[in-house]
Amino acid sequence: MTVRSSLFAGTMGLCALLAAFALGATPAAAQGSKMKIQEVTSPGGIKAWLVESHVNPLIAIRFAFVGGASQDAPGKDGQAYFVTSMMDEGAGELDASAFQEREQALAMRMEFDAGRDVMLGNIQTLSENKDEVFDLVRLAMSKPRFDEDALERVRAQILAGLKFDENDPETVASLAWDRLAFHDHPYGRPVKGTMASIAAITSEDLHDYVRRVFARDKLVVSVVGDITAEELGPALDQLFGDLPERSELVQVAEARPPLGPTREVIIMDVPQSVAQFGHRGIARDDDDFIAAYVLNYIIGGGGFSSRLMEEVREKRGLAYSVYSNLYPYQHGAVFVGNVATKNEAVGQSLTVIQDELLRLAEQGPSDEELDSAKSYLTGAYALRFESSSSIASQLLWIQIEDLGIDYITKRNALVEAVTMDDIKRVAKRLLAADQLITTIVGKPVEPAEIIPTGAPG
Amino acid sequence: MLDQWTAVLRFRTGLVVALMSLIMSVAAVAAEKAPSEKAFEFTLANGLDVVVIPDHRAPVVTQMVWYRVGAADEPPGVSGIAHFLEHLMFKGTDQIPTGQFSKIIARNGGDDNAFTNHDVTAYFQRVAKDRLATVMEMEADRMANLRLSEEDVRTERDVILEERRSRVDNDPGSILQEQMMAALYRNHPYGIPIIGWEHEMKELDRADAFAFYRRFYAPENAILIVAGDVEPDEVKALAEKTFGKIPRQGEAIKRERPREPEHDGSVTVTLEDPRAGRTTVQRYYVVPSYASAEPGEAEALDLMTRIAAHGATGRIYKRLVMEQKSAASAGGWYSDSGRDSGRVGFYAIAGEAHTAEEMEAAIEGVVQELRDKGVTQDELDRARASQIAEFVYNSDSISRMARQYGWRLAVGMSIEDVEDWPERLKAVTVDDIRAVARKYLVEANSVTGILKPEPEYTSSIGDKPAQAAAGDGKRG
Repeated sequence: MTVRSSLFAGTMGLCALLAAFALGATPAAAQGSKMKIQEVTSPGGIKAWLVESHVNPLIAIRFAFVGGASQDAPGKDGQAYFVTSMMDEGAGELDASAFQEREQALAMRMEFDAGRDVMLGNIQTLSENKDEVFDLVRLAMSKPRFDEDALERVRAQILAGLKFDENDPETVASLAWDRLAFHDHPYGRPVKGTMASIAAITSEDLHDYVRRVFARDKLVVSVVGDITAEELGPALDQLFGDLPERSELVQVAEARPPLGPTREVIIMDVPQSVAQFGHRGIARDDDDFIAAYVLNYIIGGGGFSSRLMEEVREKRGLAYSVYSNLYPYQHGAVFVGNVATKNEAVGQSLTVIQDELLRLAEQGPSDEELDSAKSYLTGAYALRFESSSSIASQLLWIQIEDLGIDYITKRNALVEAVTMDDIKRVAKRLLAADQLITTIVGKPVEPAEIIPTGAPG
Repeated sequence: MLDQWTAVLRFRTGLVVALMSLIMSVAAVAAEKAPSEKAFEFTLANGLDVVVIPDHRAPVVTQMVWYRVGAADEPPGVSGIAHFLEHLMFKGTDQIPTGQFSKIIARNGGDDNAFTNHDVTAYFQRVAKDRLATVMEMEADRMANLRLSEEDVRTERDVILEERRSRVDNDPGSILQEQMMAALYRNHPYGIPIIGWEHEMKELDRADAFAFYRRFYAPENAILIVAGDVEPDEVKALAEKTFGKIPRQGEAIKRERPREPEHDGSVTVTLEDPRAGRTTVQRYYVVPSYASAEPGEAEALDLMTRIAAHGATGRIYKRLVMEQKSAASAGGWYSDSGRDSGRVGFYAIAGEAHTAEEMEAAIEGVVQELRDKGVTQDELDRARASQIAEFVYNSDSISRMARQYGWRLAVGMSIEDVEDWPERLKAVTVDDIRAVARKYLVEANSVTGILKPEPEYTSSIGDKPAQAAAGDGKRG
C-alpha cells in the first residue's frame, strides 16, 4: 500500500487553500487545519482520494463506475436504473428483508444512481461500524441475488413511478427533449426506461449489467471522514476487491450535436405549461468550457443574478422558475433550460428567452455581469466543501472528469482568467437562438404561428 | 411526492434537496456531544435571540434569521401574505436598490434563499467567513427598512401565482394534500395552505404586506443563528453593531390563533383526476408536535412512526408490499415541527389491479395493530439506534445544523430541548409507544385522502380536470 500526499504542502490544508483562492485572504485563515487530499492505493491496486476529518465519527464514500445508463443493452432501456433500485434487495446469503434489516441495524446509507455516463455509488457509515458496512456493500456489489419476488416488487415500483412521470409535465418535457435532440442515440433513451422495456427486464439482464459495468478498471473513489490512509488501503480491497478486474463496456458513439429549430407541443390538461429549450453544448475537455460555464451563469445558471431570471421573472412576473444548465455528457454535450408559465403566456416567456439568447450571442454580457459572475463563482467555490459528503462528491467529479488532483487549487484561477473577449467568442460559438429545440407540455393557448407543433426531427 | 408539504421556498433551484433536508431536519435535531460544545446562546438588549454554532472545518458560515411568524398567523382573508412578504423582502431598502439583494450576496460569493412555513419564516445566506459582516448588515437592514413600490408588488404577485400553479395546480397529489389539510383542521389555520388560496392571493397588495411586516418583523420576534467558522464573541460584536441598532417594536407581539375543537368524526377526501398515475391512499392523524407535546410523547411518536413506516424495514411496507403484495409502495412520516400540533401520515400506492378500499383497510390494519399490540423491544432498539445515528449524519452539515436549531427555537423550544433529545429518545419504552398509539391514532383525529386516476384519459380532455369532493362522515 502506498500513501501519497497530493501537491498540497505541509500542514496547509484544504481550508487554507480554499480560503486563499476564494477570497485572496491569507492562508492564516485556516487556523492550523491539517486537511489534505491524499491519494491512497490499496494492496490490491485500487486507488482512492482521501480527505481525513476526525471531527465527526462518520465516513462518506462516493464512487463511480464509468458506464451508466448509456450501457443499457439495446431494447433494455432502464436496465441500469433497475439495477440501482435492486442493490439493497438481497445479496449472498441474505434475502431482501435480511439485507435491509442489516442495513438498518448498522445505521448505514447505501445508494446507487444511474447517470447517463456513470454508475454512482454513495455510502455513509458511522466509523465504529465501518468493517461490517464495507462487508455488506461488497456483498451487494459482488453477489447480488436479484430474486424473483424482489424483482417483481421493484418492477411494480418502477412502473408506478413511470405512470406518475407520464403525468408530470416537467418530466414529459424533458424526455421529449432528449428524444428530439438525440433520436436513437443512447442519450435519447429514457434513463428510467419505458413501461414496455421495464416490463421485459429479467433477473439475468440485471446480472448482465452488473457483470459488465461493476469492475475495477473503470472505478473512481473518494473518501472523506473518520478513517486514516492506513485503514483505507485494506478497506478499498474489502469493498471492491471481489469485483472483476475488467469491465466489458460497449462503445458509445459520439452523438450528432443537437440543433433545431424544432418545437414539439404535447397537450396535457394542466393550468401551467412547462417548456424545455436548448441545443448542443460544449464538452468538458474543450478549452472553452470554463468560459461557457461562466457564460451560462450569466444566462440562466445564476439564480437571481441571471439574465433569464431578471427578464422573465423579476421584470415580467411570467414564471416562478427559469434556468439553464450545461450538461457536458461524455459523448454529446448540451445546453438546456427550463421555464414554467401559465398556458396563456408561455409563448411570451419563450419569446423573451429567445430574445435574450440572441442578444447575448450578438452583444455579449455587460462588464458588470461578467465581473459579478466571476466574483460569485470564485467566492462560492468554498461553499461546495462544507460537509464530508459534499467534499467527497466534489472529489469524485474531479476524478470522473479527469481534471487532476490539484484542480481545486487551480480552479478559481481558471475562472478569473476568463476575459470579455472569451465570453463574447464563446457566446457566439455556443448560442444559437434560432436553432433551439423546444418541447412544451401543457395547454398553450397561443396562436399556432407562435407555437407551431413541430414534427420530431 | 407524498411527503408533507413542509415549507415553501422562494426559489426552486435545489428545491427537492432543500425540502428533503427540511423534512430530515425534523427527524434529527440534537447533539451527540455535550450541549455546551455545540451551541452558544445570548440575547441582545432589543430582544433579538442569537445562537452561535462554531464549526471550523471549512472557512464558511451560514447565517439564518428566523421570524416567529408563519402562514398560521395571517389575518383572515389574506392567505398567502406571510409567504408573499417573504418574497417581497428581497426587493430593497433605502440602502439596497430594488432587486439587488440577492445579486449583492452573489457578488460576495454567497448563496441565499428563504422559506415560509405555517409557523416560521426564515432567511438565510451561506458565505465565506469574511463576508459575514456584510450579510449581517444586509439582513439587519431589511428587518427594519423594507421599501416596496406598487410595481414590485404587482409583478411579484404574478410570480407567486405561477409558483402556486407549479407547486399545487399542476400536480394532483398536491391538490389532494391541500384538500386533506383543509379537511383535517376544522378551525385551526394549519388548514389554510401556506402559499394561500388562489382567489385571496390575487387580491394581496402592498398595504397587506406592510401591515404584516410591521406587526411581526422586529428584533424581539426574531432569532439569529450563525453556524460555521466563527466564535460567539465575534458574532456578538457584529450583531450588536447591526441588529443591535434596531429598536424594539415595543408592543407585545401576540400569536393568537383559533384553536381546534374536539373532532366528532373522520373525513374522507376523494380526488379523481386523469393525471393521478396510480390509485393512492393517505391517512393523516393530528398528533402533538415536539413543541406542543406532553413530555416524552413526541419522542414516542417519532420512534413509533419510524417502526411503523420508515423505509423498507417499516411495518407498513413489509405488510403491504412484501407480504400482501397489494401495494407498489407504502410508508409514512411524522411531521413534528409545528408550534401547535403535528401530524402522523401513512400512504400506500396501490399495485396494479388493487383498489383504494384495499389500501385503506391495510393501512387501518397496521394502525390497529400498533394500538392493540404496540411494538417489540427489538424493533424499538433498532429504530432508536438508527434515529440517533441520523443525527451524526446531519451534524456533518453546517447549514443543516443551523436549520435544526433555528426551527426548534422558532416554535418556542430551548437549546436544552434540542440537545437533550438523544437522552430523551433513550428513555422511550414500548409502553410509551403503545400509549401514544392508543391516545392519538384515533379515527376522529384523522383524514383519509384517496387519489384515483379517473376518468381515464381520452383524446378530448374536459375543461375540469380535477374535482375535489370532500365529504364529512363516519367511515365504516
